[in-house]
Amino acid sequence: MNAVLDRRAILKAGGALTVAFSVGLAPRGAAAWTEKPVATDEVATFLSIDAHGAVTVHIGKVDLGTGVRTGFMQIAADELDVPMARVTVIEGDTALTPDQGPTYGSLSIQNGGVQLRAACATARRELLRLAAERLRAEPASLRVEDGVVIGAQGRVSYAELVGGRALDLKVDTNAPIKPPEARRIVGRAVPRVDIPDKVFGRFRYVYDVRRDGMLHGRTVFPPALGATVETLDEGSVRGIPGVVRVVREGNYVGVVAETEWAAIKAARALSVRWSSWAGLPEQARIWEHVRATPVAQVQVTSDRGNPGEAIRGAAKTLSATYDFPIHSHASMGPSCAVAEFAGGRLTVWTASQATHNLRKQLGLMLGMPIEQIRCIYLEGSGCYGRNGHEDAAADAALLARAVGRPVRLQWMRQDEHAWDPKGPPHLVDLRAGLDAQGNIVGWESEAFIPKGAGGNVDLTTAELAGLPRENQIHPGNIIHNLAVPYTFPAVKTTCHRLDSTPFRPSWIRTPGRMQNTYANEAFIDECAAAAGADPIAYRLRYLPADDPRGREVLERVARLANWQTRPSPQSDRSGEILRGRGVSYCKYELVRTYVAGVAEVEVNRRTGAIRVTRFWCTHDCGQMINPDGVKAQVEGNIVHTLSRTFKEELTFSRSAVTSVDWSTYQVITMPEVPEIIVELIDRPTERPWGSGEPAAAIVPSAVSNAIFDATGVRMRSIPYTPAKMRAAIQGA
Amino acid sequence: MSENVQTTVNGRAVTLRAEDADMPLLYALRNELGLTGLHYGCGLAQCGACTVHLDGEAVRSCQVPAVQARGKRIVTLEGLGTPERPHPVQKAFIEEQAVQCGYCLPGMIMQSAALLARNPRPTEAQIREELAGVICRCGTQPRVIAAVLRAAQA
Repeated sequence: MNAVLDRRAILKAGGALTVAFSVGLAPRGAAAWTEKPVATDEVATFLSIDAHGAVTVHIGKVDLGTGVRTGFMQIAADELDVPMARVTVIEGDTALTPDQGPTYGSLSIQNGGVQLRAACATARRELLRLAAERLRAEPASLRVEDGVVIGAQGRVSYAELVGGRALDLKVDTNAPIKPPEARRIVGRAVPRVDIPDKVFGRFRYVYDVRRDGMLHGRTVFPPALGATVETLDEGSVRGIPGVVRVVREGNYVGVVAETEWAAIKAARALSVRWSSWAGLPEQARIWEHVRATPVAQVQVTSDRGNPGEAIRGAAKTLSATYDFPIHSHASMGPSCAVAEFAGGRLTVWTASQATHNLRKQLGLMLGMPIEQIRCIYLEGSGCYGRNGHEDAAADAALLARAVGRPVRLQWMRQDEHAWDPKGPPHLVDLRAGLDAQGNIVGWESEAFIPKGAGGNVDLTTAELAGLPRENQIHPGNIIHNLAVPYTFPAVKTTCHRLDSTPFRPSWIRTPGRMQNTYANEAFIDECAAAAGADPIAYRLRYLPADDPRGREVLERVARLANWQTRPSPQSDRSGEILRGRGVSYCKYELVRTYVAGVAEVEVNRRTGAIRVTRFWCTHDCGQMINPDGVKAQVEGNIVHTLSRTFKEELTFSRSAVTSVDWSTYQVITMPEVPEIIVELIDRPTERPWGSGEPAAAIVPSAVSNAIFDATGVRMRSIPYTPAKMRAAIQGA
Repeated sequence: MSENVQTTVNGRAVTLRAEDADMPLLYALRNELGLTGLHYGCGLAQCGACTVHLDGEAVRSCQVPAVQARGKRIVTLEGLGTPERPHPVQKAFIEEQAVQCGYCLPGMIMQSAALLARNPRPTEAQIREELAGVICRCGTQPRVIAAVLRAAQA
């Protein structure tokens, strides 16, 4: 392979280049399970170089359809000075990759990539040291080209130095990384390595795993969340050819068949009498339910001055409540896994975002030592948080254990919508006081959100089957960004952590951070309007002087969107179609990625229809590994969150979820997607932060603010449906 | 009762086994022929992830009984084009990097290819309308639109 041509080919934007990569689909022998180090302080955990100089990266963070695999390859190839085509990635395999935490929180590059980079930098330094010995030269006098170390006295390849042997050294987080001017692959819009295979239908997803002797399973879920099995008639499916077994464990019921269609038919036909159950709150009174839920813990996330007193003494006071409903992940591909027991060991092929944690959960549920369990990641459909994949893995494991053969299990559409864990209801009360000049003198907010943080979301399978589980709720780190990025003289932000929430919660893209930013950024817009101030100028009053990157995203989004400086609402509200624009700003978790956005909307006064026509976004996540990958994430965040802002809302009876498909749980459609204009701020000398979540944070508030600008009416309850908009206009 | 169905898939004469009169084409293509370039998304013709061409028309294979494929020409994403001879839509999707997870691609690409066969120069609004029934959760829609416009101008 011509290495020079090779790199040129990679860097050719838009080229149809396929770089081979392995995601561990091929079954590996049981012997491999414990052969490789997975401790995060060992270089050999992350990297190996074979006798031909090919580099294999082992990484615990996985590509959830975001393209981060390509980013990891760029990091390794650039830091080691090898062509990208020589780099292979193995992701999320508990036997072969380190536990770097779940792939969540916009941390894959920020944490996982930085760990990989340190391992590569350590390896490069060691390789140069070895080469210097071999070539009798000073390491500083050597350079590396395409995996070959070159000095004045000669050259030696990585393969010759270490090929095939483990890189036996500790990761040194201080090993020097390449300076920006020396980077040749990192920082460029390298085409994603997975795209050609996906476009030609050749990509292997978790849904596509096939094992010898494999059967197909389906879970038969109860019609009500807490219903129990009263009677089960196995004879009801005996007439369906291909049915192998009905499996019942507690209230977990599943069917296994020789073919997928037989399994589906059996799951539909199986006669089960379930108890009645109606333990859900009334949907129409969900916010009363939330307010009435016992509080387990009170967390004050910021506290400065005496805002209560300041608000009481203020010239003008404002208060408002913002709510954000329960959401389903509503993944495109219903959750799926393949499980196989062999020699007392369990292998699970899964699209879990946290294979190391899943292994522990399966061990707990099945009463197996985790050393006997291996979870291997394969891509599923886009995953924006802990969806149903772990549960499907547990279902498959239970069925495979029962029948003694490999089982592929996939949920049906209604299973996915009804039984995936939910983004919990999120309610925020806010109060502010303004002085005579419109300055904020005090700010108070109180969020009502479930207790818990990240962690292992209980397996539905274990819950239904009555098998061991942690029995805790974990909605994600949902308290962040209730504290504001502004220098108000007095502020207090409080999270009332509720003891329970109606549905098993989990994190969905930007969990809590988006809902809190929504409340804050819409409410500061209310303050700006009360002060008669331009919304961007008003925010700039309160941005800390020692944090210029925040000012920069706001100032640049104003230029990008051709922002007209004036207070909201706009003055001419006479026509049938009203137009407006709104801004929003977020410093993610107050410590990382900066993002600002402007939404432009049209509101039909008569019908209440709201259309977002354009959305501008400026984004600073520090160093960018792949700017086009960052841009794609920003676009995805905006479209996904517009869907959540306008359309998505879980519906439920007292017994069960009733939004169980794409007509009852509607999402954004192609004609509704606005033009999106993204400006990325590259800071190659800064540390890299995440881009998978932050841009979502600004979307609902920018929209709320744009609607207010257009109509003079403030929308505070997501989703913004035409009916709600119409009612708000008529009530104004 | 199971029956054999003679049909043509990606230019090849094949015999599919329909387990009964209701079995969707989706399962025959995925599980008997190993054609994983179409995905189960909803089984309700609501999302588009299982789209294939049946005699040149984009259809939802989750709603077409396998027995109805008898004597028809089926093309899946695998058969639309290859890396060596990509369909213009496939080429444009790569050039625009119009993919995240890719689960929606059978819908996005097969529906767009059918549109371009009918209407080689669609407007952006026509493309959006054509793809209104194809769901994408990752938010690749802006790039998909750009890709189909690019393919139409190729």
